[in-house]
Amino acid sequence: MKGKSLIDVLHEIQESNPENYVPENLAKKVADTFKTSPAKVYGVVTFYTMFSIKPRGKHIIRVCRSLSCHLADGEKIVKKLKEELGVDFGETTEDKEFTLEESSCLGMCSIAPSMMIDDVPFGNLKEEDIPVILKKVREGVL
Amino acid sequence: MKMYRSHILVAEDSKSLSKGAKEIEELISKELRALGLDEEVLVAPTGSLGFEDIGVAIAVYPDGVIYAPVTQNDVPRIIKEHLLKGRIVKELAHEIGKKDVTVTESRAERVLSIQERVLLKRVGVINPESIEEYIAEDGYLALEKAIEKGPQWVLEEVKASELRGRGGAGFPTGKKWEFTAKAKSDVKYVICNADEGEPGTFKDRVIMEGDPHLLIEGMILAGFATGANYGYIYIRGEYDLSIRRLQKAIDQARSYGFLGENILGSGFSFDIEIKKGAGAYICGEETALIESIEGKRGEPRKKPPYPPTCGLWGKPTVINNVETLANVPPIVVNGAEWFKKFGVPGSYGTKLFSLMGDVNYKGVIEIPFGVKLSSIINDVGFGIKGGKKLKGVILGGVSGSLITPNEIDTPVDFNSLALIEAGPGSGSIVVLSEDRCIVDIAKNIAYFFRHESCGKCTPCRVGTEEMYKIIDSISKGFGEVKDLERLDKLSTSMKLTSFCGLGQTAPNIIQQSLRKFREEWLEHINERKCSANVCEFEEIMEEVTNE
Amino acid sequence: MSDLVNVKIDGRPYQFEKGTTILKACKSIGIEIPTLCYLEGIAEEGSCGVCVVEVKGSRTLQRSCITEVTEGMEIITNSPVVREARKTNIELALAHHDITCPTCVRDDNCELQTLARRLGVKEVPFDKIGSFYEKDLGGPVIRDPSKCVYCRRCVSVCENIQNVNALTVAKRGIKTYIGAPFDLRLVDSPCVNCGQCIMNCPTGALSERDDTDKVWEALSDTEKYVVVSTAPAIRASLGELFGLPAGTFVRGKVARALRLLGFKKIFDTNFTADLTIVEEAHELIERVKNNGVLPMTTSCCPGWIKYLEEYYPEFIPNVSSCKSPQQMMGAIVKTYFAEKMGIPKEKIFHVSIMPCTAKKYEADRPEIDASGVKDVDAVLTTREIARMIKEAGIDFVNLDDSDYDLPLGEYSGAATIFGATGGVMEAALRTAYEMLTGETLEAVDFVEVRGLEGIKVSDVNIDGVNIRVAVANSLGSASKLLEKVKAHEENVHFIEVMACPGGCIGGGGQPIPTNDEIRLKRIQALYKDDSERKIRKSHENPYIKQLYEEYLGEVGGPKAHHLLHTHYTPRSPWEALEKVSLNK
Repeated sequence: MKGKSLIDVLHEIQESNPENYVPENLAKKVADTFKTSPAKVYGVVTFYTMFSIKPRGKHIIRVCRSLSCHLADGEKIVKKLKEELGVDFGETTEDKEFTLEESSCLGMCSIAPSMMIDDVPFGNLKEEDIPVILKKVREGVL
Repeated sequence: MKMYRSHILVAEDSKSLSKGAKEIEELISKELRALGLDEEVLVAPTGSLGFEDIGVAIAVYPDGVIYAPVTQNDVPRIIKEHLLKGRIVKELAHEIGKKDVTVTESRAERVLSIQERVLLKRVGVINPESIEEYIAEDGYLALEKAIEKGPQWVLEEVKASELRGRGGAGFPTGKKWEFTAKAKSDVKYVICNADEGEPGTFKDRVIMEGDPHLLIEGMILAGFATGANYGYIYIRGEYDLSIRRLQKAIDQARSYGFLGENILGSGFSFDIEIKKGAGAYICGEETALIESIEGKRGEPRKKPPYPPTCGLWGKPTVINNVETLANVPPIVVNGAEWFKKFGVPGSYGTKLFSLMGDVNYKGVIEIPFGVKLSSIINDVGFGIKGGKKLKGVILGGVSGSLITPNEIDTPVDFNSLALIEAGPGSGSIVVLSEDRCIVDIAKNIAYFFRHESCGKCTPCRVGTEEMYKIIDSISKGFGEVKDLERLDKLSTSMKLTSFCGLGQTAPNIIQQSLRKFREEWLEHINERKCSANVCEFEEIMEEVTNE
Repeated sequence: MSDLVNVKIDGRPYQFEKGTTILKACKSIGIEIPTLCYLEGIAEEGSCGVCVVEVKGSRTLQRSCITEVTEGMEIITNSPVVREARKTNIELALAHHDITCPTCVRDDNCELQTLARRLGVKEVPFDKIGSFYEKDLGGPVIRDPSKCVYCRRCVSVCENIQNVNALTVAKRGIKTYIGAPFDLRLVDSPCVNCGQCIMNCPTGALSERDDTDKVWEALSDTEKYVVVSTAPAIRASLGELFGLPAGTFVRGKVARALRLLGFKKIFDTNFTADLTIVEEAHELIERVKNNGVLPMTTSCCPGWIKYLEEYYPEFIPNVSSCKSPQQMMGAIVKTYFAEKMGIPKEKIFHVSIMPCTAKKYEADRPEIDASGVKDVDAVLTTREIARMIKEAGIDFVNLDDSDYDLPLGEYSGAATIFGATGGVMEAALRTAYEMLTGETLEAVDFVEVRGLEGIKVSDVNIDGVNIRVAVANSLGSASKLLEKVKAHEENVHFIEVMACPGGCIGGGGQPIPTNDEIRLKRIQALYKDDSERKIRKSHENPYIKQLYEEYLGEVGGPKAHHLLHTHYTPRSPWEALEKVSLNK
């Protein structure tokens, strides 16, 4: 088998980075390792929504905006998240705890509306759940 | 080996875990220890039991009782009453099989009895992290049989079963395998497409989380039949639990000699590696998936050449959906003729459907092909929520079709659906009640495709953006009648000239709705009215219509 | 034995070789299927969706540029469905395009515009989608994302032909971005300014920085003494921008037009090409005799120099220290000429007309000015000077010939072929031969180094010594050659590198389109000029001899060294990325 691909390595870099992103200078190192150019690496990193070229918060919140969650009033959850966190999509909170991102279908349609925080799924969300969940994540309970 | 008198299985699929299933499991163990029952009653995690939409579910065997939803407060009572005293707690139970216990809503029985649990046979029954339990439930029997009979036999059996791909395209699996089997190459690959990005589809994760060895066995058989020695499971990056469980299963399979060199002394070698996706729906398209495994942007390649002859790194590659591969071990063990007992001609076997929307029961169900869509909604889904009228069904995902109430009695199989220009697709069934607005749904679908377009070709890159703009404008009350013509023209063009399936199918539902729900579109445009009271029109004159 | 397949096109039966694309098959029978992104050998991706045709049995239309004919295929190239589909894709491309044709640099020479006309597009029935990205105006090569049609030819050229890898495709969907990565401007990327991206761009998304305003200003400044020098390639190319056939030799008209524009002196960069040869041949011989660093490489191509400084800095000692003819001209104009004429060098404004965009970068290199002031004040491409000539209302085609001005206007046949790949090599050999042997060279034509092949290698016998030379055109070829040299697979003494395919006549500032057919015609014009000249060896140019006698002294001597030689600096291609970002 051919061993790690560029995308495997990018996942690793990001996962071991507390700011959840791929720093530019590492992008260059990766390019050298795979005998490709930083330009090509940039093209790959920016293609996939899970990768970021800019620093993000400690926790990444992905809220689903696809059909099933939309039908289950997902927009209310989106609004509540933006309110509670004080950020818009793609932005990180002041305290660098959370980055809010919009996501396509997360595959949790029967428990819509849903979101993921890092690798933890949350479903059947109600607006009042949001501050509770955010607090638990901040406290490191989840 | 310990002999337990009872097993308590706790559903620990992703959704259940998000509801506290792990905490419930731990609490059950605590209660059993407190009552001195921990040596007699085994507590173990299992895959989805089908109740995650209402809460955490546990199953008590051999009694065959499912308790759902279970809260932390219920646990001490269940343990004391049922496990210690032997009395089922009726108010909390759903029972399977036992007829002499009355239950207020025998949901489990109806849900589970209509289903044919072939693929989901072990889901909710075994601990997905135990290879021993898999083996105990006929696991790796297919592999043993295959080795005995040889690769040609396996290929012929899969061909004879007429198994069709379960990812959406429905291409005959045996035929696909044959292309690769016949291709001459030093290296061949099997890829499992576990990208599951189609909105409204969550069936593959149930298998990966609940019975991962079934997928692994299926892949080994695919490799065996086609002469491939390497397998990749391309799994979307967001499916963390699936990735973990599959990796564990792979490691276990290796240690048991089901993966690796000279499997079971057959001379055949096969190994599997997991490749994580990174958030791109387009990577569900087979050539874009290949590009992604190769470490590149997920942009589709031109076809021909097709992957079975020229795929990963240019080598012959079989790419199959998770569910497709999961069908292979049962076919090998039981034979093609057995498989054809399920379903109808042209669509044999069972299919996993993801049921959601305005239905009473939401979840993954397994039904043979050929059951009417209305029956699925009413008998398995328990009908429309709140007793509302049906507006329509989105079948096969957002790249699928829009079925109207007068088409609802169509049997769900490839041929019958083709007659109404539809298909089972990924098996997603989104039920829409009269409270839904077609324009709003069209907007959500357009938004999705615009977000997921890879940007390589002009028809899709610009087309998805323009489609969204037009529908958005109509939803805000700025639409004109000619917008419908523009949408139609755009749809036709995208269907004919987009480089790949994403752009070609993106306009499907939208274009169908223009025809099937034209009055609703016109109402938004001419009267600035949204009967379902969903759309928020801008610059409203009256204050009445506002949501 | 090639297989033939039977197909039907528009109802008529034909036979084609297996593997032929529908596009080529149709072309061979007189059907011109419209294309936008397609460019043979460079862009065969199928992104634009314009070249679609109907193929019986297929529910979608097929892209003729990448679909091969198969046995029994039935193709319809012209039907309402096909025409509508092609038109819609152009309309979509136009919706995502800032339509400013009358003021756009590619007006009347734009592939999108041509297609819109050809396909009968009367209006764009889609909302305009504004560009998400700013223009990149930082350097000689400028990018306007609002005009991009996402054909990706530029990325392909930069990656595959030039091996520079400054451009990339990033992000996705409607926000797809084509340009330098990491939000860098091109000037902060490894871009070497070769301009090949511009040459292949179908629209005005890529173009060169417009320096004509600077030159107009200088021309009307009474305090300034404006002189101009023209590159070898100009005389064989400028006519194309006035409707003349490719390869028409227009030296005399060029001089006349420049005089009419108001330049006080019209100098010929060919003169300093001769000068370069004399210095460089001398340098080569010194290295050969005294075990100096070999192979030696030419240094007149600034795209090549920057590329080498970035990606092959270990070869810096190999590069000739000679400046390019443009820079030598600048140095001589601001010293020798200024002093001879008694004009203060500060008052002289020297404009250089080049087929090249990298020359704009070269003129601004800090180490390059020897006179104490800027040696070259402005560089204009062939396209820019054509615009000035048109703007001034000069009827180029009907001009009488004028001559260039002495003492910097005469040249040998060896100089004129500088514009062609292999030309510098051939010129250098003619002089090196005589310098080494002291004998007259009769056979001045070194045909083995001529032609468009990426790498040409030849063995030349000079006085019993075998001198092995190599000529590379395109940076991709240069890279391949250097790798071979590094691996000791190629043992050469002298290497000529031109960054642009075909050499300078294929440069980033040349008339668009430039393809191999046109390159060969331009090259032919130069070799013809060479063959017709009385003097064909650089060192025999009497004005060169005069320059040394009157001013420079010895060939390779201290004054020549001070004015005509330079040095190079290793640079990191991605310096901008290497600093650890602390607070981004």
